[in-house]
Amino acid sequence: MHGMEHLSLQQTPALGISTTSAPLQSFRLPIGVGVGLKAQHYEAVLARSPAADFFEIHAENYMGAGGPPHHYLSRIREAYPLSVHGVGLSIGAEADIDEAHLDRLAALLQRYQPASFSEHLAWSSHGGACFNDLLPVPYDLNTLLRVCTHIDRVQERLQRRMLLENPATYVEFANNTLSEPEFIAEVQRRTGCGLLLDVTNVFVSCTNHHKDPQAYIDALPLSPVGEIHLAGFAADRDAAGVPLLIDAHGSRVADTVRDLYRYALERTGPAATLIEWDNDIPSFERLIEEAQRARQCLTSATGGVCA
Amino acid sequence: MFDIGDRGRLRMTGQAEFAAALLDAERPCPAGLTAWNGSDPGTRFAVYRNNVVTSLIEALTDSFPVTRELVGNAFFRAMAHAFIASTPPRSPILAVYGEAFPDFIDHFEPAGSVPYLADLARLELHRVSAYHAADAQPLAEEGFRQALARAAALPGARLRLHPSAAVQCSSYAVFSLWAAHQGTLGIGTVDPYQAEEVLIVRPHLEVLVILLRSGGGRFLQQLGDGVPFGESALTASEEAPGFDLGGVLADLIGTGAIVAFDF
Repeated sequence: MHGMEHLSLQQTPALGISTTSAPLQSFRLPIGVGVGLKAQHYEAVLARSPAADFFEIHAENYMGAGGPPHHYLSRIREAYPLSVHGVGLSIGAEADIDEAHLDRLAALLQRYQPASFSEHLAWSSHGGACFNDLLPVPYDLNTLLRVCTHIDRVQERLQRRMLLENPATYVEFANNTLSEPEFIAEVQRRTGCGLLLDVTNVFVSCTNHHKDPQAYIDALPLSPVGEIHLAGFAADRDAAGVPLLIDAHGSRVADTVRDLYRYALERTGPAATLIEWDNDIPSFERLIEEAQRARQCLTSATGGVCA
Repeated sequence: MFDIGDRGRLRMTGQAEFAAALLDAERPCPAGLTAWNGSDPGTRFAVYRNNVVTSLIEALTDSFPVTRELVGNAFFRAMAHAFIASTPPRSPILAVYGEAFPDFIDHFEPAGSVPYLADLARLELHRVSAYHAADAQPLAEEGFRQALARAAALPGARLRLHPSAAVQCSSYAVFSLWAAHQGTLGIGTVDPYQAEEVLIVRPHLEVLVILLRSGGGRFLQQLGDGVPFGESALTASEEAPGFDLGGVLADLIGTGAIVAFDF
């Protein structure tokens, strides 16, 4: 990890060490394949009791006072384990964590007692404006200390270990002093958070930045991985005409990503896996079919054969 | 974050610069971004710009479908884009984004030839709010009739409206325009310049949009403000000469808009 030399970690031992003293509650998603819960599928889920091992929601879609979202989620929660996935906490922001939003998250977790809470290594708001996108952070010492402080605060307030998701990125920062997996490993070591390994994001980012996705996975600590994400990507081109992949969540999981998923599973062991499909949302049957394809990889993970 | 640059000028750095360039396509790509192949990082930064604008336009499209149909997709997206640039979301909860969109439409000059557009957007905003509003058990029909039968006490009673209930009194036929786009009313029969009073409420899972008789909207607004029953009816009859209290009450039974009568 040559990048660590730039950080002079030995000279700054106290700055980034987690201050969380009370042991954090640990929860675990079941080993299996879940799908993202979409309002379009509420009735189908309740009517058909599909073979999903868990459901995942975007936390911010369930922060209203009442109505159909809570009505259906309450019923689905009675029958399935739940993962709450935040998309708006802006952990990578320069500003402090939004305590009002953290309160809303705490209330949501209190109400639904999910098996997992995860958020992104990214920022999405600045100066009071929210951008509804996961924006990149530079991988340097300042950012590392800030992200660790934010994760410490989140875990302290929520009284549970969170999973941190690796981002899909389209640019790099000139002042990066760490690689992305090095940065994530250091955040994990300092905060004790778990990891959400988004295999599609690994593939997308490594393609976009000309890195080896298998080496990326090898560079991550894998025992803290509590969940894996799989999604479809879209393909564009950069100014030089080389492929620029976009984390679009609007199609099936590509074969290349499934191969990388299989590679990851060989190293993580069987892991809770989620199919994310948030745009051009398919029929519920098609979504479950996609989950079934991942389940075949998962069940044969020890044999190493991806169906 | 702001830094004092080496010439002593205030200079945006980091996320401030990134954020400003997301919403303003005229701004250059933020400094300090690179690509492995030395290609122009502006093309790559444009992915973020596009993600932000497109996802927020999609959010507005989801919340304001009839507004979009009234002006067409291209016009709506251009109007939404202008709104996003001037009024980005202030909350990570996207469902509440668009609260300021109807007022923006009011002042959006290119939409000036569709004077009822902003009010139609207000109706759709009420629908979104009702969808996410707190739940409450509506007063059952039997309880409603019993309360109305207490003739002596009724004028002093205060009514509690359902938390999802909203009333819109528009100078335009917003209900008819909206209904025509649900396929429940022929658009050819709609005179958009006919004033209409509309109740939007979600007593259970489904959001209802209900056309009220003349004065019914004013009556419900008064009740919602905590004005007693008798005084609310009086105000409505003064402002809407044809106000038919019995008819309005008959219309309200079964809508679930009333949660309780407090005598």
